[in-house]
Amino acid sequence: MSFINSGFTGRRGRRDERLPPGQTLVEDWPVLSAGPTPQVSTADWTFTITTEDGAEHRWTWDDLTALGIEDVTTDIHCVTHWSKLAMPWRGVPLDAFFADVDTSADYAMAHCHGGYTTNVPLEDLLDGKAWVAVEAEGEPLTPEHGGPARLLVPHLYFWKSAKWLRGLQLMPDNDPGFWEQHGYHLRGDPWQEERYW
Amino acid sequence: MTLRRTAWHRATVVSVAAETATARRIELEVPTWPGNDAGSHVDIRLTAPDGYQATRSYSVASSGPGTRLVLAVDEVADGEVSPFLVRVLAVGDPVEVHGPLGRFFVWTPSADPDPAPVQLVAGGSGVVPLYAMAAAHERSDDGSEFRLLYSVRTPDDVFFRRELAALRRTRVDLVHTRSAPEGDRRPPRRLVREELDRLTLGPALAPRIFVCGSTPFVETVSRWLLEAGHAPAAVRTERFGGSA
Repeated sequence: MSFINSGFTGRRGRRDERLPPGQTLVEDWPVLSAGPTPQVSTADWTFTITTEDGAEHRWTWDDLTALGIEDVTTDIHCVTHWSKLAMPWRGVPLDAFFADVDTSADYAMAHCHGGYTTNVPLEDLLDGKAWVAVEAEGEPLTPEHGGPARLLVPHLYFWKSAKWLRGLQLMPDNDPGFWEQHGYHLRGDPWQEERYW
Repeated sequence: MTLRRTAWHRATVVSVAAETATARRIELEVPTWPGNDAGSHVDIRLTAPDGYQATRSYSVASSGPGTRLVLAVDEVADGEVSPFLVRVLAVGDPVEVHGPLGRFFVWTPSADPDPAPVQLVAGGSGVVPLYAMAAAHERSDDGSEFRLLYSVRTPDDVFFRRELAALRRTRVDLVHTRSAPEGDRRPPRRLVREELDRLTLGPALAPRIFVCGSTPFVETVSRWLLEAGHAPAAVRTERFGGSA
């Protein structure tokens, strides 16, 4: 139902094939969160995957670094219409954590310090598609950007890349997380503009 | 909170007026609008003659079941959408609106006979959704105590000046960061922690707190609120200053 806003030209020359529909390129890195920023030290940080049977697999910060941190260069897309392109990240692929996790669950709920949650299908987390990220743009992740560790699921809108990650609860059903209960799409594919339901 | 379906709507501009030297109030008529809760926002999409589109989010200053939407848009220097909205958009123009959006940073009247008090903390144009909450409270039977602490650069940067002054059920405290009105004993400076403690409802009252402003403002204020003893779950935040 689009119509023309006469007199609107927009910022040309900044359009890029890598931008999904409705997105605008930014050079800075905006911050979004629903509440105060939790302060979590690497000394206290642990990451726990809990299976649908209640089995817990836990990693400390040292355990995480021992798994092997890799470089990732990726575009990220926020549902609030900004994208950053070719952003350098470092993190541990989720596949490394799941190597010894026995599960038949299809979904995971990410749990975070501060109470944030988001649901992600397991197939969006595995096969090199997602990381537990610890650095961005050459620096350790700052608290406001989710440090010390956040989920990085760059092929989905960035609210899925949960900040202040502390665990994944595996689950048989695709239960909605925090923003998903507040009207955001269950999956959030930026190329399909899966913003809201 | 009322569940209102999010959808694209065709809006028509019914009035525009200068809000401050850099901001403009825009009133839209949206015949298909389902109404919105106080504090929610919308996406505005503009389409150029060649089909190029750009979309940005704006908080809504109005709330309730009506079909009129009030926005107050601050022009962002070097912005893409806000300069058009502030300088070019005219009465009678159509605009595409997606919403209502946001079901977390919202306030709705409580049926509770003794509802928790509400503290609003605004930085700059972050006052827009908080003004919507205070105005909704003003119209309601909700008996909760309301306070607004509003940090602005200069007296000329105050959004909703007349409306804020007319609020009878919200105590409003203004702090000026760059220049203060004549006669103000407070020298212009950034909000300091002691003032935040003094001018907001304390943790003993267990207020629900809404903070909206730039990222540095929200980060600083919410950290001070936690250090003062407020529960993290009581503090809801929203920021502006992503893309313009």
